[in-house]
Amino acid sequence: MRVNEKAVNGKIIGRDWNVQNPWKAVRVKGPVANPAQAVEKAAEVIFCLCAFTAVAAVCAMTLYMIANGVPAVLQTGLKEILFSKTWNPTAKEPSFGIFYVILTSIVGTFLAVLIGVPIGLLTAVFLAEAAPGWLAAVVRPSVELLAGIPSVIYGVLGMMVLNPLMYRLEQKLFAGSKTHQFTGGANLLSAVLVLAVMILPTVINISEAALRAVPSALKASSLALGASPVQTIFMVTIPAAKSGILTAVVLGVGRAVGEAMAISMVSGNVVHLPLPFQSVRFLTTAIVSEMGYAQGMHRQVLFTIGLVLFVFIMIINGILSRIVKGENQG
Amino acid sequence: MMRTLKDDVLLCLIYLAAFFAEFLLIGILVYVFVKGFPQMSLYFLTTVTSIRQGTVGIAGNLVNTVYLVALTLLIAVPIGIGAAIYLNEYAKPGRAVRLLLFTTETLSGIPSVIFGLFGMVFFGMTLGLGYSILTGALTLSLMVLPLITRNTQEALKTVPESYRSGALSMGAGKWYMIRTILLPSAMPGIVTGVILAISRILGESAALLFTAGSGYFLPRSFGGWFHKIVESGGTLTIQLYLSMTKAQYDVAFGIAVVLLCMVWCMNLLTKVLARKFGVDMSAATGERQM
Repeated sequence: MRVNEKAVNGKIIGRDWNVQNPWKAVRVKGPVANPAQAVEKAAEVIFCLCAFTAVAAVCAMTLYMIANGVPAVLQTGLKEILFSKTWNPTAKEPSFGIFYVILTSIVGTFLAVLIGVPIGLLTAVFLAEAAPGWLAAVVRPSVELLAGIPSVIYGVLGMMVLNPLMYRLEQKLFAGSKTHQFTGGANLLSAVLVLAVMILPTVINISEAALRAVPSALKASSLALGASPVQTIFMVTIPAAKSGILTAVVLGVGRAVGEAMAISMVSGNVVHLPLPFQSVRFLTTAIVSEMGYAQGMHRQVLFTIGLVLFVFIMIINGILSRIVKGENQG
Repeated sequence: MMRTLKDDVLLCLIYLAAFFAEFLLIGILVYVFVKGFPQMSLYFLTTVTSIRQGTVGIAGNLVNTVYLVALTLLIAVPIGIGAAIYLNEYAKPGRAVRLLLFTTETLSGIPSVIFGLFGMVFFGMTLGLGYSILTGALTLSLMVLPLITRNTQEALKTVPESYRSGALSMGAGKWYMIRTILLPSAMPGIVTGVILAISRILGESAALLFTAGSGYFLPRSFGGWFHKIVESGGTLTIQLYLSMTKAQYDVAFGIAVVLLCMVWCMNLLTKVLARKFGVDMSAATGERQM
């Protein structure tokens, strides 16, 4: 008996038995000839489409952000929009300078990271190295829960607890001042504190994983050389985990830059130079608080703000993948 | 081994940081529950706010939230699982896979305000869906897609290679093998991804403000329950935000209690699952992995 040709798409790729006439070639034509093969093919195509949904989404978002954000820039000029300091979109002669808004996002994020990362890192050290098992078992679920609390609830707490405290501080500090505009506590400092708290879980989780990944041989050698446990943590474990900790910091930056609802409730929402006791407006909060009623050019500028935010996030993503790549190579 | 003063100070700082995180949570929980618990009642949960009848309740928002969660999962879960299957079972390592992984990472890093803007312009205006629960669900689907894809993929990776070759050598087609062997084995990971997605949707607000709108009424007729998905509907978080801006603090804290309970339940559920199936939680934190 001879084997007959088995073909897919008309191409002969193998041979099949033909019981009646083993000498006669049987051509299986096209992919639908065999229903089972058709199902296989369809499944693969559908899965492939699913996989490329993410690609399509990212491409579409990039295109839409550019298409909606650029017209305002073309109309008023890049320099005028990005570096002008007056924001007065609803005036008769409107001006759309978003310099202070951008500056606020940068300064606010920087300060939040400055406060949040040390606390987060130390907590991660506590969980990974210092804490006795039962204490870590108490603190770790709390960190998970902190991560799950919706941002509006952080906003509510900031508004009800932090703002009044800030107001009291403000009244003490600026008691004699005639030039200071009182904000009722809704200022940059409140927003920074809320942001610092909100990036804590991210920083803690990622740094803890990084610290745990440090080989125990390293720590053992350090201890054997006579270093104390605390010295080992700060001189050996943390430096060894530095790229993971850097990832944590960058992710924290990303989270802080993108946070909108909580800080829109505590920051006072006025475009100002970002000074600690002044009401400020971030990139995100500008969108959240004005998109509801903005018209025409004003609305387009809000999309430009969105585009600036998008560019920031893409830069952060780029840095992140650079770090991860470096880690995989080294 | 020498213990120095510096050591003690540093150790003190470590404990201080950890206690700060711990007491922060306890403080938040106590404050919200003390303020919000008096509002809690069956009446608050089952009536709709109406100025004419003088009632205050969140039934409409609860229903909207359930609708939004269900609809989002309905869209995102099949696509997410499909993407994970393609990445893990079909795609050959190379440029395409790198592109897919990179875009998934990118998508999970985009802040929700941007999703909101995009959803408003694309689903709301280009596709003409307006402010509706459907617009919100489509927007959120994109947002939770990476979460589901990543968790499913991690789960698929843990299925032993012998399961695959075993099924294939017995004559099963690839799709049959995936359907009957791989997906059931990966189920705990998939469910974990779904629960994480639910908690993300429950807490989301910025992406919904300009997509799902802020309606809070219950449908009046039977058909209204179906028509609801193309009508504007504010979730609990949106209502919480709006209540705060209108200085209705009682309602706000009431909603906050409900939200915290929901988030806590989801958190417990993932824990129970992890314990039962031994799912690797490091893959499921929802954070980007290193």
